[in-house]
Amino acid sequence: MKVVVDMNKCQDHGQCVFAAPDVFSFDDAGRLAYVSDPDDALRDEVEEAADVCPLQAIRIED
Amino acid sequence: MSAPVVVAGASMAGLRAAEQLRAAGYLGPITLIGEEPHMPYNRPPLSKEVLAGKASFESLAFRPRAAVADVEWRLGTRVVAADPDRRAVELEDGEVLSYAGLVVATGMRPRRLRCPGPLDGRHTVRTIDDARGLREALTRPGARVVVVGAGFIGCEVAATAVALGAARVTVVDPMPLPMVGPLGDLLAKALLKRHEERGVDFLLGTGVAGFEGADHVTGVVLGDGTVLPADVVVESVGSIANTEWLDGNGLDLTDGVLTDEHLRVGGRPEVVAVGDVARFPNARYDGVPRRVEHWSIPTDTAKHAARALAAHLGGADAGPDPFAPLPTFWSDQHDFRLQSFGAPGLGLGDVRVLDGDPDGDVLVGYHTGGRLVGVVALGGQAAAAAAARYRAELLKLPAPTA
Repeated sequence: MKVVVDMNKCQDHGQCVFAAPDVFSFDDAGRLAYVSDPDDALRDEVEEAADVCPLQAIRIED
Repeated sequence: MSAPVVVAGASMAGLRAAEQLRAAGYLGPITLIGEEPHMPYNRPPLSKEVLAGKASFESLAFRPRAAVADVEWRLGTRVVAADPDRRAVELEDGEVLSYAGLVVATGMRPRRLRCPGPLDGRHTVRTIDDARGLREALTRPGARVVVVGAGFIGCEVAATAVALGAARVTVVDPMPLPMVGPLGDLLAKALLKRHEERGVDFLLGTGVAGFEGADHVTGVVLGDGTVLPADVVVESVGSIANTEWLDGNGLDLTDGVLTDEHLRVGGRPEVVAVGDVARFPNARYDGVPRRVEHWSIPTDTAKHAARALAAHLGGADAGPDPFAPLPTFWSDQHDFRLQSFGAPGLGLGDVRVLDGDPDGDVLVGYHTGGRLVGVVALGGQAAAAAAARYRAELLKLPAPTA
């Protein structure tokens, strides 16, 4: 599974960090960091993260 | 062919319901019926980024999951009547659709002021078309803007109008402070100060009696007779549930559609309600049914309701766990953000500063019976992150027993 976050849209709400902590996190500077090729077993979590992003900045590409 | 699940309403809640029906294992036909001609889109930027011209209208469209590629979209029409005993709905053009399951997702529409005066120049913000019209009006040089209603949308639009260079922006509200209902005095005062420092004028404790102008609004008449010159008026005075199509079926529609703890309507396992039209009990709190107009609710309700409906259509029970979402909202205004987790509205009687101070970044806790039920941060990204740290604690709350 391939995850793409549009960092021009991202406003660091952090909802994805709660939904999929194995994939999304904040770095020391408070900016979003993420795993771009997570294991397929995490698909439910990542879909949830994409759903709850207020800016709808997360895209899942198979 | 078997009758479909009909989803009445094709906005965020309708889309999420369809996606979650698939995720819950329902493989049958789904028909979504939407009044707007557009595919579902994200509404929060309509009062912020899109209104400010920082994001395109096209950027708002949701990307439906692959699992709903086969659903039928009936856009530009609406459901006008329902007959739950016959499991059928009627569309605007008289067509009758039978259903195996019905998802009520018809949402809300803006409440309008009924006082006398011209309509032209008066705006609401709910749809793409609304926002397009308002943006055009706000970007005319020298626009004098009056926002009626100091809630979420009113405060956001006022901030955006200032950023767009409006000549004057005034917010009018009968309440003594902006957003005081959901936030309480402490944060509402801090919010007022920030808005005033950034160029928004407030006329509080006063209502609107009417509008001046022949064809187009030229002024807003206040309760005391004062006239406020205006080229653009934004009415942000709450919303009305789109439930008229359910009338006459013995359902409780006093404020949205009353549901049970699994979002089912009228004791019928094949009818569920999702999104801000649903008045549901939240088992995390006091169990009193309420409508919740937060952006997180369509997704939360869709997930639970779709599971219950898919289970019923598959011949199973809804499952024992009642719906118990953790509400969350945010609001971007000027250069600051409000970020909330939990139910601050249930703890307005005991409000404490948890961190920071109201002149800078501040984190405020709301309590009931000494127990934290909600947090709201006001300030920059650090404040919002501080609020998020309370999320786990708020999620641990046991549901009260009485």
